[in-house]
Amino acid sequence: MSDTCDVAIVGGGPAGLSAAVELKRQGVARVVVLERFGRAGGIPRHCGHPPFGMREFRRVLSGPAYARRLVATAEEAGVEIRTDHTVTAVRSGGVLELATTQGAMTLTARRVLIATGNRERTRAQRLAPGLRPVGVMNTAALQSFVYEEGRKPFLRPVIVGSEMVALSALLTCMRHGMRPVALVETRERVQTRRLFMALAALLRVPVLTGAELLSIEGRTRVEGLRLRRNDGTETMLACDGIVFSGRFTPEATVARASGLALDAGSLGPEIDAGGRSSDPHVFVAGNVLHPVETAGVCWAEGRRVAGVIARELAAETGETTEPASRAGAAVRPGEGLRYVVPQRISGATELNIRAEGAARGRLVLRDATGRELVVKTLRAYPEQPIRLRVPALDAAALSGDLHLGLERDD
Amino acid sequence: MHLVHTSPEADVAIIGAGVVGCAMARRFALEGATVVVLEAATDILSGASKANSAILHTGFDAPTGSLELACMQAAYAEYMDIRAAMNLPVLETGAMVAAWSDEEEARLPTLLAQAQENGVTDTRLLGRAEVLAREPALAAHVRGALLVPREYVIDPWSAPLAYATQAQMLGARFLFNAALKGARRDGATWVLDTAAGEVKATTVVNCAGLYGDHVETMFTGKPSFEIRPRKGQFVVYDKAASEHLRTILLPVPNDRTKGVVLTRTIFGNLLVGPTAEEQEARDRPDVTRPELDMLMDKAVELVPALRDMPVTAVYAGLRPATERKEYRVHADADLGYYCAGGIRSTGLTAALGIASHVFALWGRAHQAVRGAVNAPPQPVMPNLAEHLPRDYQTPGHDGIVCHCEMVTAREIRAALDSPLPPGDFGGLRRRTRCAMGRCQGFNCLARVATLSEGKLRADILPEGDA
Ligand SMILES: Cc1cc2nc3c(=O)[nH]c(=O)nc-3n(C[C@H](O)[C@H](O)[C@H](O)COP(=O)(O)OP(=O)(O)OC[C@H]3O[C@@H](n4cnc5c(N)ncnc54)[C@H](O)[C@@H]3O)c2cc1C
Ligand SMILES: Cc1cc2nc3c(=O)[nH]c(=O)nc-3n(C[C@H](O)[C@H](O)[C@H](O)COP(=O)(O)OP(=O)(O)OC[C@H]3O[C@@H](n4cnc5c(N)ncnc54)[C@H](O)[C@@H]3O)c2cc1C
Repeated sequence: MSDTCDVAIVGGGPAGLSAAVELKRQGVARVVVLERFGRAGGIPRHCGHPPFGMREFRRVLSGPAYARRLVATAEEAGVEIRTDHTVTAVRSGGVLELATTQGAMTLTARRVLIATGNRERTRAQRLAPGLRPVGVMNTAALQSFVYEEGRKPFLRPVIVGSEMVALSALLTCMRHGMRPVALVETRERVQTRRLFMALAALLRVPVLTGAELLSIEGRTRVEGLRLRRNDGTETMLACDGIVFSGRFTPEATVARASGLALDAGSLGPEIDAGGRSSDPHVFVAGNVLHPVETAGVCWAEGRRVAGVIARELAAETGETTEPASRAGAAVRPGEGLRYVVPQRISGATELNIRAEGAARGRLVLRDATGRELVVKTLRAYPEQPIRLRVPALDAAALSGDLHLGLERDD
Repeated sequence: MHLVHTSPEADVAIIGAGVVGCAMARRFALEGATVVVLEAATDILSGASKANSAILHTGFDAPTGSLELACMQAAYAEYMDIRAAMNLPVLETGAMVAAWSDEEEARLPTLLAQAQENGVTDTRLLGRAEVLAREPALAAHVRGALLVPREYVIDPWSAPLAYATQAQMLGARFLFNAALKGARRDGATWVLDTAAGEVKATTVVNCAGLYGDHVETMFTGKPSFEIRPRKGQFVVYDKAASEHLRTILLPVPNDRTKGVVLTRTIFGNLLVGPTAEEQEARDRPDVTRPELDMLMDKAVELVPALRDMPVTAVYAGLRPATERKEYRVHADADLGYYCAGGIRSTGLTAALGIASHVFALWGRAHQAVRGAVNAPPQPVMPNLAEHLPRDYQTPGHDGIVCHCEMVTAREIRAALDSPLPPGDFGGLRRRTRCAMGRCQGFNCLARVATLSEGKLRADILPEGDA
């Protein structure tokens, strides 16, 4: 079976749904969202906690309420949401391959938007040592146990990681009768504002930073986590579950299968300032680009990219018009910077940057000749979303690669 | 001797439901014996057979004239014979023993000669250009290789499950949570004390893998071999990696260092491993950081495109090695004791052959078996191989539950309702691949837990959760 539409959106999370609504608002006729799960809404579907929705709906909502609201808004706008539709690849020319409950199908779109989100690194991806018992999972799995299935996967877990999402894990546990044994961070300091982790202390959950994971214990179910603490002593934390939180990585499976150029730092697709990937028909938005930002940021990004797509479609006259290609000069992040998105810029834009660890110093954008274009003083905690506003640049600046450097204070 | 049946007494009690025990149960059941299988764990394949490289070996490099070689080659032929009826997949990769130095290159002709002597006559040497033409992603410093066209990749779990299911269809009983704790001889009967109660059998076959010596002690008082577990760790790369290698890449064997294998899996991933680490513990297949790093370094050295390739899974298996290299297969017909022990590193391939061999030993002492079953029932295994049609591609599957491995709700239900259903989460994963993909259950774990709730011997949810 084959079908056509104006814009096909891969992924019905905050980024995909907001893009869909904006496309409709700007008059695009046929907008189809393809969502692999039985319900659209993305990750917030199973985040039964606030805060979601401030930017979008000017009120604080829980994740599921927010997800429902996104879906309802999209449906009202006339977006066609197809659930249980998994996109396996996007072939050139905007041809999507789908796996559905009716078997394989294709859908041809004038433009495609990939908004497949991200996920937390698994125990395997972190190469965490030890045995492989039942009860090791990511925060998202914990949250779907609790908020989607109404079950507790364990009673006394250890939470590994100290990014914002570790707090989600912590609060979900506390609110549902699970008592975390400890919060364990392998790096020297917590990976968010120190203040947030004071909350753990308030809840009397010890925070162990600088710990080395020695082994996951338990032959069938989790029985403990053995670690070396930052003072060199070895301990065994008795527990019946382990949550590996954070260390997000893009859900770039479709992007990879579609042959899009990927960024070695973000591990997501490379885009220009308009959100266009290395395939001219394919745009990208949301956390698949930058692990990890809030739902609100992804939502706004979806809307912005939708504007670019809508304008481009409106400008198309004949059937044969070809899409533009990726535009602008490449921005190369230097030492100490994990990624910068977008990877290409032309006009005035805002860069979304992540440093390795905490960063204090000067953030400097230079052109190929070494000329300083933008400078910003930086004091960032680890995993802090860093923004850099870049004004319209002159032709000389855009004639070669741009370099974004972090000059650390010592 | 005539076999009379005073009800629950079986002709044969098989200790252990690893791949060897499953094949053993099938063979004896096919030949008309009544069979009971005692398994300590909550599912089949819970020991050594849980984790291996999944290569169906030709025996090209096995010791010439050994029982191991004979079993592997008989088993290879039998597998190819039965696989269509049971829907057991084969990925026809072929293998290359690749040489990376002068020293290794110099050894290739010896390997070729041994392969030829072992009857693997389609092996041949490839020059560097031929190797690179076949596998363009290999590092340029490859020197040459021995090509073994019929080394293949299989599904390491559906094959033993098929053997066990067929045995069960023929009347074999599988008891789980049934660790053998002791045994006594009562006339011509073994009275077996198990965690699931008393079981009687005329003959016992020791297929206890990593505990083969302990189990032997229960029957003979003194073990004739000693298990020395040897761990093998693996790293499984994302499916995107598999486009970089089609042929199994084997190392040139060397006395000093064990080389690692790079191979596709039947599920569409690429695997590097195993290590070979001697250890005391029989129940600790730990993964460890330095070894995983070493494996990935090696993988990148051989196939540079694997640098920065995402990892999907890491795991380790324990080989039931002994103080000697060969299989420890022996029989004491008077005692009614048979042993298939020390099936170290080729058991996935050889199990069918080992089973026939042990049955032949047994048959010699038991002239009056009721006779082989005519037209035995054939279980048909669900296909999980990536290169063959999967369930999600067939309409009406009720939605995909695990998106990384594209496992449908229909497949999960079918596994839970199958004749030999999974006993634990691991068993469900092995039967369906759910939660085995790149997100390792980030998306589907909770759903899988509720779908299987109350249907496993060991639930995914902790006891007493409400
Ligand atoms: C445990 C947890 C707690 C969080 N808490 C908060 C919070 O309190 N506040 C906040 O602002 N943010 C929070 N976040 C982050 C927030 O969830 C994300 O920022 C947001 O969901 C990202 O939106 P997205 O649209 O980019 O991706 P997602 O929400 O991940 O949506 C992507 C969608 O694409 C679908 N998809 C993927 N691949 C395919 C495919 N091949 N075919 C079809 N569909 C596909 C997915 O099923 C999913 O529905 C949390 C995240 C987690 C994991
Ligand atoms: C790293 C690695 C890579 C390998 N690669 C390959 C390969 O590519 N190709 C190949 O052909 N082979 C390979 N093998 C070898 C193969 O996996 C083994 O030879 C095979 O699994 C051994 O099976 P088994 O049935 O003898 O032992 P096991 O699988 O260990 O089965 C023994 C069973 O007995 C049970 N048991 C133990 N004690 C008791 C008791 N007292 N009462 C009741 N039950 C008991 C255990 O629970 C277990 O289930 C590999 C092995 C490893 C470890």
